[in-house]
Parts: sequence; C-alpha cells; structure tokens
Amino acid sequence: MTVTPPDQIESTGLSSTLPAAVEAIEGRGPWLLAWARLRRDKVAVGSSVVILGIILLALFAPWVAHLVGHGPNTQFRTTGLSPDGIPVGPGSTFLFGTDDLGRDVFIRVIYGARISLLAGAVSAGLAVAVGVIIGLAAGYFGGAVDGVLSRFMDVVLSLPYLVFAIALVSLLGPSLAISVAVIAFFSWASVGRIVRGQVLSIKEKEFVEAARSLGASHLRIMFIDILPNVLAPTIVYATMLIPLSIVFEATLSFLGIGVLPPTATWGNMLSESIAYYKVAWWFVAFPGLALLITTMAFNLLGDCVRDAFDPRGNRLFVATEE
Amino acid sequence: MTEEARTGRTQRDTLLQLVDVVKHFPVPSDRLFGGKREHVHAVDGVSLDVRRGETIGLVGESGCGKSTLARCITRLHDVTSGTVSFDGRNISDLSVSQLKPYRRKMQMVFQDPYGSLNPRRRVGSIIGDPFAIHGMGKGADRKTKVQELMELVGLNPEHYNRFPAEFSGGQRQRIGLARALALRPELVVCDEPVSALDVSIQAQIINLLADLQGKLGLTYIFIAHDLSVVRHVSDRIAVMYLGRIVEVADTEELFARPRHPYTKALLSAVPTPDPDLVNERDQIILSGDVPSPIRPPSGCRFHPRCPRAQSRCTTEDPVLNVKDGDVSDHAAACHFPVADGEPLVMSQKEAL
Amino acid sequence: MSLLEVDDLHVSFSTPDGVLRAVRGISFAVDPGETLGIVGESGSGKSVSTQTIVGLTQGARISGTARFEGKDLLTMSESELRTVRGAEIAMIFQDPLSSLHPHYRVGWQIVEMIRAHEAVSKKEARKRAVELLGLVGIPSPSQRVDDFPHQFSGGMRQRAMIAMALALNPKLLIADEPTTALDVTVQAQIMALIKRLQKEFGTAVIMITHDLGIIADIADRVMVMYAGKPMEYTDKRTLYHQPHHPYTEGLIGSLPQQGGRGSPLKSIPGLPPSLLRVPKGCPFHPRCVYAMDRCAGEEPPMRQVSGGLDHRSACWLPPEAVGTTTDIVVTRQELARQGRSSAQEESA
Repeated sequence: MTVTPPDQIESTGLSSTLPAAVEAIEGRGPWLLAWARLRRDKVAVGSSVVILGIILLALFAPWVAHLVGHGPNTQFRTTGLSPDGIPVGPGSTFLFGTDDLGRDVFIRVIYGARISLLAGAVSAGLAVAVGVIIGLAAGYFGGAVDGVLSRFMDVVLSLPYLVFAIALVSLLGPSLAISVAVIAFFSWASVGRIVRGQVLSIKEKEFVEAARSLGASHLRIMFIDILPNVLAPTIVYATMLIPLSIVFEATLSFLGIGVLPPTATWGNMLSESIAYYKVAWWFVAFPGLALLITTMAFNLLGDCVRDAFDPRGNRLFVATEE
Repeated sequence: MTEEARTGRTQRDTLLQLVDVVKHFPVPSDRLFGGKREHVHAVDGVSLDVRRGETIGLVGESGCGKSTLARCITRLHDVTSGTVSFDGRNISDLSVSQLKPYRRKMQMVFQDPYGSLNPRRRVGSIIGDPFAIHGMGKGADRKTKVQELMELVGLNPEHYNRFPAEFSGGQRQRIGLARALALRPELVVCDEPVSALDVSIQAQIINLLADLQGKLGLTYIFIAHDLSVVRHVSDRIAVMYLGRIVEVADTEELFARPRHPYTKALLSAVPTPDPDLVNERDQIILSGDVPSPIRPPSGCRFHPRCPRAQSRCTTEDPVLNVKDGDVSDHAAACHFPVADGEPLVMSQKEAL
Repeated sequence: MSLLEVDDLHVSFSTPDGVLRAVRGISFAVDPGETLGIVGESGSGKSVSTQTIVGLTQGARISGTARFEGKDLLTMSESELRTVRGAEIAMIFQDPLSSLHPHYRVGWQIVEMIRAHEAVSKKEARKRAVELLGLVGIPSPSQRVDDFPHQFSGGMRQRAMIAMALALNPKLLIADEPTTALDVTVQAQIMALIKRLQKEFGTAVIMITHDLGIIADIADRVMVMYAGKPMEYTDKRTLYHQPHHPYTEGLIGSLPQQGGRGSPLKSIPGLPPSLLRVPKGCPFHPRCVYAMDRCAGEEPPMRQVSGGLDHRSACWLPPEAVGTTTDIVVTRQELARQGRSSAQEESA
C-alpha cells in the first residue's frame, strides 16, 4: 500500500466518499474494489464454497461411483428394494437411499449435478453472449436498428416458452443440446433488455462523445468504451441466470422433454419420484434439496455480487459510475 | 492571451468559419398519430469566424445553443444546414473517413470531469486513446508519449495506471486536456471546462489553458456561462441568445460598449466580489425566463424580455451588423442598439 | 440575544474507510434580520453544518450546541424539531426539483406545508399560496398554482421554493447555494427577491455559497470555511479588502479580476485535504504560501485580528498582518520566512 502525498488525495464531499476517498493504491480500479468487497462478504464466501463443493462433486462423480463400486444406472433389485418392491431408505450402503428401480440416489444426485450445472452454465453463457451483443447494438445504434431488435426481444419474451419448448422438442426430439438451446433462446432477451437500457444511458456520457470526437469507430466505442461499463450489471444478471437455467432444465426434464431417462438429472429424478413420495421421502427429498441448495447458493452469490458492485445498495442493475 | 496569440490574431487568418449554421432537433411527439412534428431550434443561423491563435469566448444562458454549436463544430452533431469550414475546407458534409484527418486538428474539452472519462479504464489508456484510434505509436513508445502529455498538463506521470476515480475534479480536467492535446490539435473547443470546479482549482486550470496556448499555439473556443472567467481568457466574445449570436466584439469593447440590451443586462447581472462596487453598478434585472427554443418568439427573439422592445422588434428579425460609430469588429443584432453609457429603461427598483 | 447561536459544533460520519470529519468545531451567531454568509469550497463542511442544525443529517455523530431562541436544536426531539423546521427556520436548496415533490401540484404542496403548521382551512391556505406565488414574482399565480413542478422553469421553481419557505413567515431562512444551478440573469432575479423579502419581513438569512460575488451582494458578516473549520470571520468589506487568512487571500486571488485579462490568476496550489485524513496543525498549511514551522504542528485557534471591529482568523500570522496590498504581502512573506527553521521549506 503506498501512501499518497497530500496533494493527491481526493477532496471528499459527503456524496462521493466511497471509492474515491480510499487511500489510493496504484491502479485500484472498480473491478478490484468490487472483488475486495466480495471477499469481505461472509454470505458471498459461504455461497461460493457451497457452489464450489457442488462443482467438485459433479466433476468427481465418476470417481465417487468408482469408489462405491456402482454407477448411476446400476440397479440393485435385491439389496436396493424391499421384498415388496419399495425403495430402501438412507443407510450405510446407500447414503441417500435408493429409487424405484433400486438405483443409488446419492450417485444419481451427483451425476444429476453434472447435467444441471452444465446446462445452467452453458445456456446462461450463451444467453449472455447473445443478449450483450444484441442489446449493445440496439442501444448504441438506436433508431430503426433498435426498433427491430427491441420488437424481436419483446416477441421472444412474450412467447409461452413451455408450449414452444414442447413443440420444438416434438419436432427435433429431446436431448441435452436441444434443452440448452431452448433455455438460451428464452433467456437472452432479458439480458438484451438490461444491456440495452444501460447502453442508452451510457452512450450519452461525455466520454463517449470524447471517443467520437477523436474519430473512434462504432465497434471501438461499443466494445472498448461502453461494454466495460455495462459488464457489472451483466455479470450480476448472469449469476442470477444460472439458477434460473438450472430450474428451467429441471422443468424440461421433469416434463420428459429435456434429457431422457435413464440419464440421471434432478428433473428426471423428481419426475420419477412423484408416485413414491409417500413411502420413500428420500427419493423426492434429495434431488429436490440439491436443486434448492444450488439455486439458493447462486442467487445469494448474485445478490452479493450486486452489492459488491454497488456498495450504496438498493439500485438494482445500475452501473457504478464512480 | 499570450504575445504569440496576439500577433497571430492581427494577421486575421481565419482558422474556422461558420456560415449560417443551423441545428434543429426533432421533439419526440406526444400525440400517438403524428400531427406536425416540432423541432428544438437549438442553433438557428450562426455565422462566425474564428481566427488562428485567438481565444473566442462563447457566452449565453442555458438553452442558448452554445454547447450544441460546439458539437456542430466538432461534428459530434451533423448540422441541419449551413457550413463549417476548417482551414478553408468545408467539413460539414465530409464522410466519417474523410473527416478523420480533421478530427486530429480539432479537439474538445468537456464540462463534466466525472462524465468525460471512462470510469472503467486506466488513465494511461484514456490519454493513449487518440494514438490507438489513429494508429500512432505502439507499446513503450505510446507510454512515453502519454507520460509526456501527463507532465505537460501537470499530472504525475507515475499515475499512468490509476483509474479516474482516484483523481479529483481538477486533475480529471487535466486528464481530459491531455487527451485532447495528444494529437497536437490546432483548435480546442472548451465546453465549460471550469464550471464544475471549485474556485481555487478553477484558477489552476485557467492558468494551465493559457500556458498551453502559449506553448502550443492553440486556438480556443471557450464556452462558459461565467462572464468573469470568459472576460479573463478571451480575446473576443460572442454572446448567444436562443440559438443566435446577438453580439460579437473584442472583449474590452464588449464590456465597455455593449450594444445589445441582452448583452448589457447579462453583463450587469454578473456578481462582483467587491462589496464596494455592488451598490454602485446599475444592475438590470430582466423579467421572465428564456422562452422555449421549440417555438422561439417572432422577430427579435429577445423582444418579450427586452425593456426597449417596440413593435418593429416583434415582426422584423434584426441582422448582426456593425452599428454606426463602432469599430468594424463589433457587431450586434438589434434594431435599437444601446448608445454609450445609456441606461436601459428598467432599473432594479422597477423590475420587481 | 442572538437568534441562532452555534457553539463548537462537530459533525462526523463513519464510513467504511474511516471516520469522516465533516465539521470540526464551528461557532457562529446570527442576529434577527441579519445575513450571515458562509463561504467555502466543496467538502468545506458549509452545507453539513447547517443541515445538522435543522436535524437533516442522518447517521452522524454530533456534538456542540445550536441554540435557536435559547433552545438547543441538537437535543430536541424529532417532533419538537418539526415544529421549528418550516415554521421558524426555513430552508431553500440548490436544486429545487429535489425538494418539490414531482407528483403533486405546486400549490397543493404549499397548502399542505401551511396546514401542517397552522390550523387554517384549505381555502384560506390556498389563498395564501396564491398570494405567496405572486409575491415571489410568479406570473398569473392563480393559474400557475395548479401547475406541477416540471411545468416551471428552473428560476420559477426556486421562486416557488422561496414562496414555500416564506409561507409561515420564518425568523431564519437558510439558503444553501440557492442560485448555483441558475443562469446569471435568473440569479440576479432571485438574489433581488431574497433581499426584498428580507427587508419586508425582517427574516434573518444564512447564505451558503462558493461565490464571493453573492457574499458581496447580500451578506453582512461572512464566515470562510475550509476542511470543516472556520478560517476567518468578519464583515464582508473587511473580508474583501483586508483579509487575514491566507486561504481567504487565495480565494480572492483566484477570481478573475477586471482588467487582469491574460495575466495568470493567483491560484492556490494543491488540493483540499480528504476529510478522512485532515493534516495535523492548520488544515491549510500544505497549500499555504506563508506556512511556517508552527503551522504543521499546532492548530491555530480563531483569534481577534486587526481588520474590522469583530474580525477573527485562525492563522498564526501576526494579528496586524491584514490586507492584500503588495507591501502587506511582502511583510507577510518576510514574517513567514522568519517562522521557518530551514531553507528546505522555501522550496515547498
């Protein structure tokens, strides 16, 4: 930490006390400040640990399966089911009990995490990439470009997505790739809207005029001058979009139009457990809990990320400008 | 402002020429189904010559169109009609690529020290922007150039990697100035460069601007609403009202012999810091507010507020010309110009 | 007895970056009908101090007293304060839009304001509102009373604010940079209005501004603030012609003067300090051209100097070294040189 000479210290009015008045470390920018705040936030650290744990479990699922000696689709018709064909409860053999086919619920839950995280991350990533580009173009160029793109976003947002997804799947057949595509298609427009709104306010800033008066190209202004300023709210929204996508994927699987059985996904497991929730609570509880914990962790992290970018709070999706 | 600047001025060498520049903005219509589209008459027929090496002050109240005019000059706005000529070349209809070489020759310094610098970028890359955009200098070479610029405007070159938030308002104006000067422009349009700053810092920046003009032979268009600042820095002053220039003259001439009633009222409204002079001056208080530039008044635009207005003023638009007995540089747009030392009809006591 | 007597007021805020000491001990008094000007740059504490007096600073640590007609405002309950605020002490701010509610008609807001403090009928209150709007120079007030704030121009909004402020005939009007956002011709209108109303109603005014021109126009006595402390206190003529404090001298020097065109302005070097880390000793010493050894170690108290009748300054320069004439400046420089121990200080 370098202490600045007195003539370099920011004068401090009450309104601008936060980052500006901090002892100026060389090049301590807005990203670093947000990162520093995030690291001090206990909820952020906690939810990150949970998310990291789930990711690790998902990554090492085959290794765990190897350790216990069976995979997600191994059926234990004798040890895994009671003589009446009822699943057995949690115990030392089956940590989370078994399902209706005598499969290990624990192993299936951690295999399900692979699908959920993959679907969540990939579709959220796709949605953000498309949404940022479309939103940037709509907000920056305005006029007819904005008119067409904004109407398109409105149309996408007003489509009944489940009906549309069912129709699409019946045409193309269910698969993970189709699920991801469907989720991304129904998510990018909300990202696009947020980005567009941000760009509309940022393009009026004098620094954009300065770039134009220097002769900067449209692409340069969009990606070098404007994009970094809309990134903060975009990152916040992306963090919130991951759990939404996970739930979306689970919904598709639950309805049988996502990833097909016997592949273990949380949605499939919940769907299969419906008939058994009275006799085998674990069958419905553990995949449900996994879904709940994962989405909650991402949502909490998203809140913390937003607070970190905007320490004065309660200004949802407003770029920090100081 | 400096000796060089003054001698340059006497050569009468026109660097920038505005001829009948008009800028109208469409007003978003309230009615769902059209009707006649209205326009904001932001700049409405401005002609002005800017001479090489001089500082010309552009004053007027909010809504008079001075900032819009600045943006027409630097082609941040396209003019609705009229021409802007730089060094004899009409630049108002050049394409983006044709314009690029002219972008290097004229630059702008902005009002808001917070809004004019990208908060997410480091100072070094902000000042290096002009080089990056015009493909000049790479890597270490560019860094050296940027640090030279930082020194030129009185910043510590070691602060190259800092973010704008780590600087105060005055320092940020220095950064904006360094960016504007990077490509060695001939003309710098300063749009209220000191009005957001505290008094003591304002003086630093005014001195720096004067210093740089001497060193680099710059021509300034200096826009401000603070008349004492404009008086301090300008060789000539143009007074704007509702999109028009109502009077233009050499600074001391304008202050000594204002011809347009608006100029006279504007000058008299400037507060003086000397308590002994407060009661001596003849302060003219104008009634009412500046009318909307969407439907500017007919005839002379100042007539609804003018204490001298007569019926001719409501119908006939006065042209900007030299009045009898004035030096050739002094032009005013008024049918009934104020004579030397003549008081305007209304004084402070009657105004309210 | 003074109308308002502020004694040793301190205001600080805790921020994630440490304690921000916005006001560090100010004392002043306002007599009925007089105008006190408070001058300072951003961060000098000039606005915070008056906001604290009327209980508008939230989350601040406050000490000291502020007696209004003998009652301490700082220890009053919120409900007691509410009856004082508005009825006895009124405020107008730089941005009238932030104080006028955008969704209610201007007249309605004035009516509500009157009825909150006085038991009058709606009809009567409305009549008063129309009168007040006319008094502050709003054209055709009986129609404009039903306008929304956005239908008013900047100058008219400020007039409406003044009308609201004067609705209950307050004894003290606190004007916090009331004309900073306005054009000069409108500023002149508003200043003339404030002066006229003050004469008519005998209201005392605290005028907070950064503009010495406004001080010269309206103030009787002036307090110059810097980094949360008063630097100099005197009448406006003494302040302009015979300043004692080097900061005041610097402020006056920073102003472009008539006839000084093209010559460099006497700017104050450096920047105001962060209120999180105010320098030891005199807060101005790092920027002061006369700084002596003593200034970095000991904080100068406000003490009597020899300009006017009640002329106080917080500076270690001798009390008789007042003024801005060349020989005074030379004398001051010489005195400062004697007060420095080594030559290295010279370059600083």
